Amino acid sequence: MIRLLFAATLLLVAVPTTAQDKLPPAPYAYRQLDDPQQEDSAKALMDTLRCLQCQGQAISDSDAPIAGDMRNQVRLRIAQGESPEAIRAWLVERYGSYVSYKPHIGLQTWPLFVAPAAFVALAALVLRKRFGKGDSA
Amino acid sequence: MIANFGLAALWFAAALAILQMVAAGLSIRRDNPVLAGLVRPAAIVQGLLAAAAFGALIALFWRTDLSVKLVAMNSHSAKPLLYKIAGTWGNHEGSMLLWVTIMGLAGAFVALVERRLTERAMLATLGAQAFVSIGFYAFLLVASNPFERLNPAPPEGLGLNPLLQDPGLAFHPPTLYFGYVGLSIAFSFAVGALITREVSPLFARTMRPWVLGAWIFLTLGITAGSYWAYYELGWGGWWFWDPVENASLMPWLAATALLHSVSVLASRNALRAWTVMLGVVAFSMSMIGTFLVRSGILTSVHAFAVDPTRGTFILVLLAIYIGGALLLFALRAATVTEGQRFTVTSREGALVCNNVMLTATLGIVLIGTLYPLLAEAMGNKVSVGPPYFNPMSAMFVLPMLVVMGVGPLLRWRRDKLVRIGRRLIAPAFFSAGGMIFMLVKGASALPALGMMVAAGLLVASLMPLSGRRLRMVTLPLWGMVLAHFGVAVALFGMAADSAFTKERLIAARIGQTTDVGPWKVELQTIMPVAGPNWTALEGALAATYQGDHTVILRTQSRSFWAPFQQTNESALHTRWNGQLYVVLGDQVEGGRWQLRLWWKPFVTLIWLGGVLIALGGLLALTGRVASDLRRLVAVNMIAYRRKRQGR
Repeated sequence: MIRLLFAATLLLVAVPTTAQDKLPPAPYAYRQLDDPQQEDSAKALMDTLRCLQCQGQAISDSDAPIAGDMRNQVRLRIAQGESPEAIRAWLVERYGSYVSYKPHIGLQTWPLFVAPAAFVALAALVLRKRFGKGDSA
Repeated sequence: MIANFGLAALWFAAALAILQMVAAGLSIRRDNPVLAGLVRPAAIVQGLLAAAAFGALIALFWRTDLSVKLVAMNSHSAKPLLYKIAGTWGNHEGSMLLWVTIMGLAGAFVALVERRLTERAMLATLGAQAFVSIGFYAFLLVASNPFERLNPAPPEGLGLNPLLQDPGLAFHPPTLYFGYVGLSIAFSFAVGALITREVSPLFARTMRPWVLGAWIFLTLGITAGSYWAYYELGWGGWWFWDPVENASLMPWLAATALLHSVSVLASRNALRAWTVMLGVVAFSMSMIGTFLVRSGILTSVHAFAVDPTRGTFILVLLAIYIGGALLLFALRAATVTEGQRFTVTSREGALVCNNVMLTATLGIVLIGTLYPLLAEAMGNKVSVGPPYFNPMSAMFVLPMLVVMGVGPLLRWRRDKLVRIGRRLIAPAFFSAGGMIFMLVKGASALPALGMMVAAGLLVASLMPLSGRRLRMVTLPLWGMVLAHFGVAVALFGMAADSAFTKERLIAARIGQTTDVGPWKVELQTIMPVAGPNWTALEGALAATYQGDHTVILRTQSRSFWAPFQQTNESALHTRWNGQLYVVLGDQVEGGRWQLRLWWKPFVTLIWLGGVLIALGGLLALTGRVASDLRRLVAVNMIAYRRKRQGR
């Protein structure tokens, strides 16, 4: 029984990976744009988009098929003259804000931006308390 | 048989840890020589038993004993021996056993060697250490038993993730664990000093080698991990602000702050409360790091919620240790005074500035790492990545590095900037040069600022040596200079790589030539090759640097069969001024092959800098331990002479 289970698990692990690899990659998944300036702005954008299938990798750092698809999308849209932030907005609309590594300031993310400001204030306070009163405090 | 022995050893070790804690606790409250005499031997035997259990697990992996569930789940009979053995700690249970083994052995070492502190402080320290160990033993025995059996045994194991089948794996986790455990020992010393109210320079000198050692290992671990990700993941990235990386960066930041404040306490008897506090914070960061990596919360908050046993266990441990330590700190805070005073323009002043900046950076990394998890738990997925971490951390790190260039030139207690002004002219000049160069080259703001600071720091970090006779410079001073120089070198590499990397992705025919930066690269052949548990297609590329000499790089697209997975093995060619990085991808239509090529100017300096920083730490540690030994010998000599004269 246990042996059967093991074999079944092996199959479960193996099948999806092989199936994915059979799909032909999208044209611009592994190809750069001809215009270096366009490629630069595509690359800058891709560095800040999350591969939804991987753990903690940008789409510009991943072999996952979905990352390839997204690179293709980004490059095509940049080539058509869309602005990087418009493409980001489109992807966020499609996949949710999870896809963007660049958190926008909003209702859900304000602590991320208040915290550094608080750290600055706190650091200033600590230093002032230590050194504020004349020569030594 | 071996498995039973390992499990028994683990239970006995746990029992001894309890004995160690109870005996220490009782004999601190009321003097009891019999109980007190048990503490050190218990610590030593406990360490040996933990090591024996770990040895047993290694033996099980070596023999691929598939009746042990952990081996069946993570190993395979066709794996190379090195990866069978390294696989012992390539999984959750094994790595936690490695953790308690290192912790047990470190505790045994303290018990065996350390005689400087008062016996009461030593008992408190060893008691605290046992208290920490007990939690981890309980975690292993209750929630992640590495010796669990399977009956009947399966015919074959499931294998190890091919990404982990790399020499890097053999050394990376143990290195980090040495760091984490070193911080746990520092934590025990801090708790011991708090309990016995003996927060003194002597305490700082006793704790310092452990902090230094932990810091060296963390530095090496982070450096090695970064290089591993760089060549193994196959896309040329070396830092991703991934939570797993942050889990190792946070203890490092805390340890760096602790290292500097413990030095101030040791030599100036100042920053007492702050040092103890950092000791607690540094170990908390190790625990948080362990929680992040080991609870499975990173894969998904929901997966964590489905099986929260392990994560909850670590969280409870975290709450007990850190909450307990903070409570103790609060109770004792009134009795721990800050110690000697100093002005802002003094060596201590600069160190305090940097301590505050490091702590703020730590805060940024902490919130950026934990916030997405918190948000997800509240049903709202957000991502925090480089666009957040880079500028936010730079905001604190870059000013801190400027202070780091100036601080070591200042005198202790009080000084004037005017006095050292002349020695800052050269660094300022280099900084300006670096900035102008980057602006001319059209680099973006962050790399330009990084290069500016790096260029100035390369000179400023050497300034403490100027005007000294080099033969008279002590080892710890050499260590400091080397480590600070290493920081400048690493920052230079980061700035250069971010600003000037050239990327080329193409689908190439055999015989086709393409260029990337100063290189011309020709795809010569694609050949099948076979390894012990994989087959691969190997691409041979001829690369020519500026029409000069040609080198051959071999990159592989590998298919592992147990478990099935495809990996791309990058090939690197290193020059003094950078690295050529090539990766072979899949075959595409028309008999073309995907190639990914990068020219990364000065990228190797990042890891060279990391190694220099660790080496600086090693020099300082050697110097400290040597002078401690000299003092020990001198004290013993005096005692011996007195004894003889007394007769």
